[in-house]
Amino acid sequence: MARSIKKGPFIEKRLYKRITESNKSGQKAMIKTYSRTSTIIPEMVGYTISVYNGKTWVPVFITENLVGHKLGEFAPTRIFRGHAASDKRARK
Amino acid sequence: MARIAGVDLPNKAVKIALTYIYGIGRGSALEICQKGNVNPDERMNNLSAEDVNELRKLIESEYKVEGRLRTEVALNIKRLMDIGCNRGLRHRKGLPVRGQRTKTNARTRKGRKKTVAGKKK
Repeated sequence: MARSIKKGPFIEKRLYKRITESNKSGQKAMIKTYSRTSTIIPEMVGYTISVYNGKTWVPVFITENLVGHKLGEFAPTRIFRGHAASDKRARK
Repeated sequence: MARIAGVDLPNKAVKIALTYIYGIGRGSALEICQKGNVNPDERMNNLSAEDVNELRKLIESEYKVEGRLRTEVALNIKRLMDIGCNRGLRHRKGLPVRGQRTKTNARTRKGRKKTVAGKKK
């Protein structure tokens, strides 16, 4: 079910504060965040936000098309390296 | 045989025949019949030429069907793939997009079963 419009998009407060503050000062430093559930809002465009994926921070450059998605969608939490090749000796 | 939006419609009740067009299901088929003042249970071949034209006009002006709808869907998927979000990655890999399990099932997305030797332990 979609989120009620009354509430507006979800953004973690700390992250929102940092964005608005650095928008005022005009500096676009890299912001690190754990908040994968935060929605990307138009104010974030132009930033590179490092999103934690459980292990490292994945830098995500925010462009206009990413608005409306969540930060976590761009930092995959799983790495699939393919299945083990069938090796007869290894299975024995 | 009536031809609407590049699709030949079979001789069935209008409400069914219209669903042969990509983008029109039972619901919108009934809607169209109502707007065009056509009996939805009438056989397609019994319709007058004016009725068919009326339906054609309605569908062409108010509904997104066939080629245009397919392009739109393809573009939506392409957008997801281009921005590299999770849903896009799933589309790229041909896996289910909406969080379904993939240990078993998921055959619609993954295609026919590929047997792997020695999978059972």
